[in-house]
Amino acid sequence: MLNVHIHRKRFAGRAEPVLGELRLSLAAGEMLTLVGASGCGKSTLLRIVAGLDTEFEGQVLLDGRPQQGLSRDIGYVFQEPRLFPWLTVAENVGFDVGQGYDAARVSALLAEVGLTGYERSLPKQLSGGQAQRVAIARALYTRPRLLLLDEPFSAVDAFTRIKLQDLIIELARAHGSSLLLVTHDVEEAVLLSDRVLVLEALPGRIARELVVDGAPRPRLRSAPRLAALRTEVLNALHAVHAL
Amino acid sequence: MMAGEHELIAQLLRPTPPASTRLPRRLPLAWLGLLLPLALLMLAEVAVRLAWVAPNLLPAPSDVLVTLQELAQQGLPGHVAASSLRVATGFALGSSLALLLGSVVGLSRVAEALLNPSFQALRAIPSLAWVPLLLLWLGIDEAPKIVLIAIGAFFPVYMGVASGFRDVDRKLVEVARLRGLSRVALARRVLLPAALPAVLTGLRTGLSLAWMFMVAAELIAASQGLGYLLTDGRETSRADIVLAAILLLALLGKLSDSLMATLETRALHWRDSFGGASS
Repeated sequence: MLNVHIHRKRFAGRAEPVLGELRLSLAAGEMLTLVGASGCGKSTLLRIVAGLDTEFEGQVLLDGRPQQGLSRDIGYVFQEPRLFPWLTVAENVGFDVGQGYDAARVSALLAEVGLTGYERSLPKQLSGGQAQRVAIARALYTRPRLLLLDEPFSAVDAFTRIKLQDLIIELARAHGSSLLLVTHDVEEAVLLSDRVLVLEALPGRIARELVVDGAPRPRLRSAPRLAALRTEVLNALHAVHAL
Repeated sequence: MMAGEHELIAQLLRPTPPASTRLPRRLPLAWLGLLLPLALLMLAEVAVRLAWVAPNLLPAPSDVLVTLQELAQQGLPGHVAASSLRVATGFALGSSLALLLGSVVGLSRVAEALLNPSFQALRAIPSLAWVPLLLLWLGIDEAPKIVLIAIGAFFPVYMGVASGFRDVDRKLVEVARLRGLSRVALARRVLLPAALPAVLTGLRTGLSLAWMFMVAAELIAASQGLGYLLTDGRETSRADIVLAAILLLALLGKLSDSLMATLETRALHWRDSFGGASS
């Protein structure tokens, strides 16, 4: 479904490219995780896929068609909730081109993320975890086929994180969305994804690809296979000097 | 009698409950601000009554009130209305122009590069320096006064709008871009609400400056208005009229500012801020 081929990406005023030669592809319904050291260009890669960053050499193909700019087929959950503070929760979820929103769909999405009855609340009344749930509901509003998640759970506490991880898996399956996740959390990577890509830094390139096969969903956090995979990912990260 | 007295003493000696210890502390603090002005008013009253100072220089506060009452029957409402109308017109003119130009400059880098340096240069001119020019160009009618007030209101609003738009969080703009909002929709639905705190602060400052420039404009040439009352009081050596006009200016300024503050609090109720938008 998604094919990314990046030749090079460099930021203005920086000699070294942040991303080097890099290819990745994502099948429909697949969940792919990118791990790597800070500054290896993971987030940049996500921004390129989303169309937020168009200054790069390479190509992003969605269903074989080159992406030019932003696509409504792609939902984005940022590290921070990024809710509009002046809009209610429902207005945030239904924020879209044109006036008004599909109230029934918004309520259904809020119910799915466990926030029934919060439609008229303001973002300032939400906890960090609740705000991130709203952000997830908002990302799903346009029925995206690809969901990009940029360290979406790094700012919430450990218990909330576990709940949100389960939630995102459930939602991605229910909505049939593919998932491209950037994370620092190795456990999260092996728990959520079908494949884990380990990136090396400067320039960002794929150093290793690990397939999390055979593990049925929902996966048990305590499964021995996951522990072994986690060690493998950690070793791969060591190899690229990310740790 | 004795029993009652004992009871009273016993009551006084009884330790006060902790809840009430806070109340008497808060009440005096809130009213403390009135202490100095009231004391000064009393002092002024006493000083005049005991003939320490000449009443034609410093009229007794009670005399000022009497003057106010007299003026009220001699066309004071007309003066207040004339001044308020000028402030309203000038402020409306200046602030709407500032809203327009400020948003253009805040939204477009080209417009900013083109216009902002000129506006910053104009802003550096003390606004009263415009007076002679305005009188030359526009005569001594209403026009120069309105324009002067508009100039006074323009710059704070312009600064607020331009900086407000420019400082909008890039992260929120990205969210809107992902949804594919057009530039106009982006400005209206994201930039404007996000910049609203700065815009409202600018409007509030602009309004208080409008009052200031109204007085300046009316001091120079006017046949009606509070500024005219000030001039009139000086020319007829009536310090009581001057003080009465000053009092009215303070009241009107405070009133309009309170209205703006209420508007601000209402419009920004979504803000998760410490202490809100009070005063």
